Amino acid sequence: MSITAETAYSSSSAANIRAAAVRRFAFTDSLFHILTRLSAALVLVILGGVAVSLVAGAWPALSTFGWSFLVTESWNPVTEKFGALAPIYGTLVTSLIAIVIAVPIGIGIAMFLTELCPRSLRRPIGIAVELLAGIPSIIYGIWGLFVFAPFLQVHLQPFVIKLFHGVPGLSSLFSGPPYGIGLMTSGLILAIMVLPFITSITKDVFDTVPAVLKESAYGIGCTTWEVTRRVVIPYTRVGIMGGVMLGLGRALGETMAVTFVIGNAHRISASLFAPGTTISASIANEFTEADGELYTSSLIALGLILFVITFLILAASRFMLMRIERRAGS
Amino acid sequence: MAAASSRHNRRKARNALMMGLSMVAAAIGLAWLALILGALVWKGTAGLSFAVFTEMTPPPGEAGGLLNAIAGSVVMTAIAIAVGTPVGILAGTYMAEYGRFSKLTVVVRFINDILLSAPSIVVGLFIYEIMVRPLGHFSALAGAFALAILVMPVVVRTTEDMLNLVPNALREAGTAIGAPRWIVIRSVAYRAALSGIVTGVLLAIARISGETAPLLFTALNNQFWSSNVNAPMASLPVTIFQFALSPYEEWQQLAWTGALIITFAVLMLSIVARALTVRREDR
Repeated sequence: MSITAETAYSSSSAANIRAAAVRRFAFTDSLFHILTRLSAALVLVILGGVAVSLVAGAWPALSTFGWSFLVTESWNPVTEKFGALAPIYGTLVTSLIAIVIAVPIGIGIAMFLTELCPRSLRRPIGIAVELLAGIPSIIYGIWGLFVFAPFLQVHLQPFVIKLFHGVPGLSSLFSGPPYGIGLMTSGLILAIMVLPFITSITKDVFDTVPAVLKESAYGIGCTTWEVTRRVVIPYTRVGIMGGVMLGLGRALGETMAVTFVIGNAHRISASLFAPGTTISASIANEFTEADGELYTSSLIALGLILFVITFLILAASRFMLMRIERRAGS
Repeated sequence: MAAASSRHNRRKARNALMMGLSMVAAAIGLAWLALILGALVWKGTAGLSFAVFTEMTPPPGEAGGLLNAIAGSVVMTAIAIAVGTPVGILAGTYMAEYGRFSKLTVVVRFINDILLSAPSIVVGLFIYEIMVRPLGHFSALAGAFALAILVMPVVVRTTEDMLNLVPNALREAGTAIGAPRWIVIRSVAYRAALSGIVTGVLLAIARISGETAPLLFTALNNQFWSSNVNAPMASLPVTIFQFALSPYEEWQQLAWTGALIITFAVLMLSIVARALTVRREDR
């Protein structure tokens, strides 16, 4: 009888120990679960926080100037009259130049890497192009200011100005003294900076084209270019658009490289060779020197505009890339 | 017959032209990289000396080094990694392990991808609004937090991707011997995904070590040695920015040398990160 009591006692104590261990495990497990979930939620909180803080910081400027802030060109710290038109114009024009140049080159490189390049060279060349993305933007800035801009000023711009002199339209687009720095130079440097993003995404979506589609096109005698033009590009159009939008988002928000070579002039000129400014360059150049609440607030309002534009562009880009990923997965 | 063959020739010529253009495009991409690195080495090595690593940033017109800027960059990067990495890994863990099919994961992945390419200057403004303005002064800590926000999305992304690659059989084996889920994650999933997660951290370091814009109005700059994280601190990128745009030749030379140091540090990091990924793919 004493023996059975002992076994009963020890088994119930084992059960107790086990129950305690299970409880402890359940507790630590749910603790870890909650911790990871909070961290994931923090990503959303940060984005929300950025939006809220920018709106709050921009409020004095927005309530003073209202909608006219978006369409006024004047930027005068002395009279405290601020308008965002010149930086918005500069941001859009430089990004547009970058995209117009980078897209064909990016698609060209992707085509080269997927169709032409010998297999053994694919990886090294791909890596080299991706290294362009790894170089910090301040390096592009210092290189642009000391090497690239002087080259443009001495060799390219005088030639282009002379070439288009007297041609209606083009002569005002490429006119004025060759400063070296300006909208065009910024656009060219941005083109180099966004090239790796466009290239690597285009290459990735090119790889999603089912081999059987390409083989059947080759089978009826198409050339490589015809296969690319008629099969690969139509099949991957949405993904390429996503890559282009991603590049555009990068170009719109790029700061340091542009700050060095844009010239920081708050005015809108017809000529692409004229100095201008962009949203991010204005903030970088003027923020620490801005005295007075309205000046600081106007710069934060510029930041808010940039945030809204890039958010929309990047969201569209992600949406398109998700669509093509889903198709590749199914 | 002649018409068909001339059409054939035209198609072949067009193909050759387009293929030639695509080769030119690849050459342009490689040439840019060579041009930039070449200029960097050419101009940067001229000022490379022992003093660069042992002396403080000089006043205009005097010789000096970049010691305080390099130290400031290291300090702020270290704090940013220490803050951003754990949060990023935990968030990535939730997405891959607990909430693989939840709505939260989809939303977080979308937002995280946007944060990944969001303009860094906007992050600087955010930290300015929530830290610098309320506290009333610039500080290294504010700079480090701005960088931490840039670290997070990179780590979240790679952690999620790498954990998703871990075979489920491994987790099932852990669960079968009675280990609770978080221990399975810790001792099985993390261990299997380790090299991938390390890659993510290296890429994050590479990304933030050249960041200038978010530091301009958070950490500001400092001409002198500072070990106080609650005060403005120098950093290599901001010093380059300031020195490159100055009219003094010594400062411009230091800016080039600093640029060379950063670029090679960053390129080394991305090459190491790449080497880690290659090894995993081979296995």
